[in-house]
Amino acid sequence: MIAAALSALLSHWRRQPLQLAMLLAGLALATALWSGVQAINAEARASYDAAAATLGQDRLARIEAEGPIPQDVYIALRRAGWPVTPVVEGRLRLDEGRSLHLIGIDPLTLPAPAQQVDFGQGDALLPFLRPPGLLFANAETLARIDGAALPPLRLADRLPPGTALGDIGQIQRLLRMEGRISHLLLDPEAAPGPLPALAPGLRLLPPDQRNEVARLTDSFHLNLTAFGLLSFAVGLFIVHSAIGLAFEQRRPVFRTLRALGLTARMLTGLLLAELMLLAGVAGLAGLGLGYLVAAALLPDVAATLRGLYGAEVPGTLTFRPGWAAAGLGIAALGTLASAAQGLWRVARLPVLAPAQPRAWAMASARAMRRQGLAAGALLLAALGLLIWGTGIVAAFALLAALLLGAALLLPLILSALLRGATRLARGPIAEWFWADTRQQLPGLSLALMALLLALAANIGVGTMVSSFRLTFTGWLDQRLAFELYLSAPDEATAARVTDWLQPRADAVLPIFRAETEVAGRPAQLYGMTDHATYRDNWPLLAAVPDVWDRLASGDWALVNEQLARREGLSPGDPLHLPGWQGRIAAIYSDYGNPSAQVIVSTARLLALHPEVDRRRHGIRVAPDRAAALADDMRATFDLPEAALIDQASLKGFSVQVFERTFAVTAALNVLTLGVAGLAMFASLMTLSGMRLPQLAPVWAMGLTRNHLAWLDFLRTLLLAAATMVAALPLGLALAWVLLAVVNVQAFGWRLPMHVFPLDWLRLGALALLAAALAAAVPVRRLARLAPADLLRVFANER
Amino acid sequence: MNEGSETLLRLTGVRKSYVTGEGPIEVLAGVDLTLQAGKSLALTGESGSGKSTILHLAAGLDEASAGRILVAGTEITHAPDSLRARLRRDTVGLVFQQFNLIPSLDVAANLAFQARLAGRHDPAWQAELAEALGLKGCLHRYPEQLSGGQQQRVAIGRALAARPRLVLADEPTGNLDEASADAVMALLLRLVAQTGTGLLMVTHSMRLAARLGGRLHLSAGRLA
Repeated sequence: MIAAALSALLSHWRRQPLQLAMLLAGLALATALWSGVQAINAEARASYDAAAATLGQDRLARIEAEGPIPQDVYIALRRAGWPVTPVVEGRLRLDEGRSLHLIGIDPLTLPAPAQQVDFGQGDALLPFLRPPGLLFANAETLARIDGAALPPLRLADRLPPGTALGDIGQIQRLLRMEGRISHLLLDPEAAPGPLPALAPGLRLLPPDQRNEVARLTDSFHLNLTAFGLLSFAVGLFIVHSAIGLAFEQRRPVFRTLRALGLTARMLTGLLLAELMLLAGVAGLAGLGLGYLVAAALLPDVAATLRGLYGAEVPGTLTFRPGWAAAGLGIAALGTLASAAQGLWRVARLPVLAPAQPRAWAMASARAMRRQGLAAGALLLAALGLLIWGTGIVAAFALLAALLLGAALLLPLILSALLRGATRLARGPIAEWFWADTRQQLPGLSLALMALLLALAANIGVGTMVSSFRLTFTGWLDQRLAFELYLSAPDEATAARVTDWLQPRADAVLPIFRAETEVAGRPAQLYGMTDHATYRDNWPLLAAVPDVWDRLASGDWALVNEQLARREGLSPGDPLHLPGWQGRIAAIYSDYGNPSAQVIVSTARLLALHPEVDRRRHGIRVAPDRAAALADDMRATFDLPEAALIDQASLKGFSVQVFERTFAVTAALNVLTLGVAGLAMFASLMTLSGMRLPQLAPVWAMGLTRNHLAWLDFLRTLLLAAATMVAALPLGLALAWVLLAVVNVQAFGWRLPMHVFPLDWLRLGALALLAAALAAAVPVRRLARLAPADLLRVFANER
Repeated sequence: MNEGSETLLRLTGVRKSYVTGEGPIEVLAGVDLTLQAGKSLALTGESGSGKSTILHLAAGLDEASAGRILVAGTEITHAPDSLRARLRRDTVGLVFQQFNLIPSLDVAANLAFQARLAGRHDPAWQAELAEALGLKGCLHRYPEQLSGGQQQRVAIGRALAARPRLVLADEPTGNLDEASADAVMALLLRLVAQTGTGLLMVTHSMRLAARLGGRLHLSAGRLA
């Protein structure tokens, strides 16, 4: 009996292949976008874990200073009985566009948890230690650095991407860090006691203190997840629509099966089995598509993470069974969520239910009222979250409530508008057109809601990105005011270069940085020398009068927006740093920097941190002379390529990072719009099959099929245009929330909002094009409908 | 081609066949029929004999396989879609067996719809029709809120509201009780007598057929 019943249920799909295709496509696309994003996140997180575990840093304590540690200090510590091992770390610029994270170690003193590479024993270790030494890297890194002028390369799969490991001596030479060490590693159990006096300025960090990349990138991944979820929700609109229609069309079958002896529980169980079968098929297809989406987007994401956070993520994807299982699970959950209402109805279906399908496309006034109430509740929840919510999760909950509430409200607004249009219409065709459009609205509302979400996301994210771009490029012009940036290999060279520059440059100003703490949390501390370069350009958001004079006095400081927001600081407030008590002179914008930052005068910085690294300087020179001066400096002092960066390259790099950051969101936006277009197509195709009884009488009374087809086409365009108009305020609200709430919570800075009406026009045209494409097939089908099909409406066959 | 204003409908040697999976099926095998203005004809016959097909061909909803069809002097046999649509709009009033009201319009709008399409909307006449058909109390209700009989009456009212020259009715009283059916028939026949309208009505009821001016019986695709 079960087999017969299941076969009867499944036969529906044989007769409705398009419906089946739409259901599978909707579910596959929803799963694809969601699991694609999850694949990217999983890959990134695996990389963070691998990076955190490099050289066993997740299990070893670390000794570090404000700058590099002299090698003598290391030797002194070893002699004092400290079993420390030295590590040299830095980024080596290979050529234009390629760089490599280098780690130098001493294999002879390396503790067991740090043994990631098999260097060999005894004589086998010699090639590693002797010049030119060996560099170990994973397969992807080896492929990326192929052809670079480096020591011989060896494969070591356990190393994180973008990283190469070599003997400390070779790495010091490559990084020009001879005689200096980045930090020391130590088994925490083996520390003989507190750090001895022979190592002033050193601090001992427990093993888990440095794994910050995962935390820093959390917001970025949360953003991606939110977009994945939005795309998933848009895809589910198609699934819900297709399943709802299939359930309604099969009501006579359900009734017959019940009448023939199937219990409600068995029927529901069979439908559930059918749905899980479909979810399995679509889920597998979705996983395949998701893998492709992730593989296509990962290089951009990797570049973004590298540029923004210095986080190394491989550009290629690894297949993870856990990810596949989660993808299939979300496909099944999505299907269940979409079918819940239908299954509930079937479970409660009386045996003597009416055999005719209920008017699927008709919504009762009560249902509309319920929808209005749900929309109102969600919008109120959004308002509540805006006023009282804190944290990034509350910010995303606010976005979800706002979007869902507005989507539920859309059919009600459109219905009211159409009712008004019907009243104002003159002429029978116009009257019929508006009334008929209103009657079709419930059947199209899911697709229109999906379109609204996709358009609002496009407007919102587009506005945010464009506002960000405008602000960011303006800010870059202010912040990157030096024509050249010098990072000398050592302080002696830095001193010689700055002396040499005195008669040749307009100004040479130090850019010194130390680490400090504000309110018990780490912060960067910079020194600023009083100069017109800063007075004219530095992007201040709020300041006390005479800010620059006060800063120069050494008793005042500037803080970045992130820190000001985090600690609730304003100009004039007191500020306490270790060893210094001053006040805040101004707050400046500091986009792209995830850390807190404080600026004091250079003299104050040197007083607080005499050990500060003095290799970096900014050089002012006439822009047309910058390139020649840089060449001259390189030739005179044999400076490596990376030691001098010109403003244009730095700006170009920053803008490139910016563009790649948002390339992913742009791609997801386009995909979401595509899914919404498909939802529209699915709904229109479904409706076109159900509309014959409504169209046939009008045709019989004298409207040609062409006329009717054009009216249907116009109707789709009008609904899409109305949805676009509704998406505009919603998109702007979304942009505002992203700029003023999500960004502040996620990154700590708030951006001014700019509007771009030309982009809206472009998007409006795109929405109309999507609607026209979605309507093209059903409309063409209507125009070419055989009269026999319309005549069937008048016969007893229906 | 105009062949005299008194003849509202003329079918000459009309054949109609459909191609099916099992080969062509001939529904009409050479039908000749003439209906004059102010006359009424009942078309009877067993189920599947082709009665509705004659109505569909006469309304220009379908094309004959062979033969000629003239409506109000205009040949529509192979006329383009637009001409046939105009003829239906301006000249013909159709009453369907399954009502086929427009679900998105209320009763008043449904009644007025075709008359307004034809540019002959007469509110006084519409009110008279609504009164005669017993629809005055439900003018602002929607089709889904009406009984089958009420929907049938709206469909008849819609066809008559435009004062068409030719009314083609397919079992127009099939869903009505006997008293209502008689009242509707009386109205239809009054219109025919008063305005010179031609009425071709498909019916299974010999009692109703007997009230019309003539009766044609269709059997196996031919008029007996």
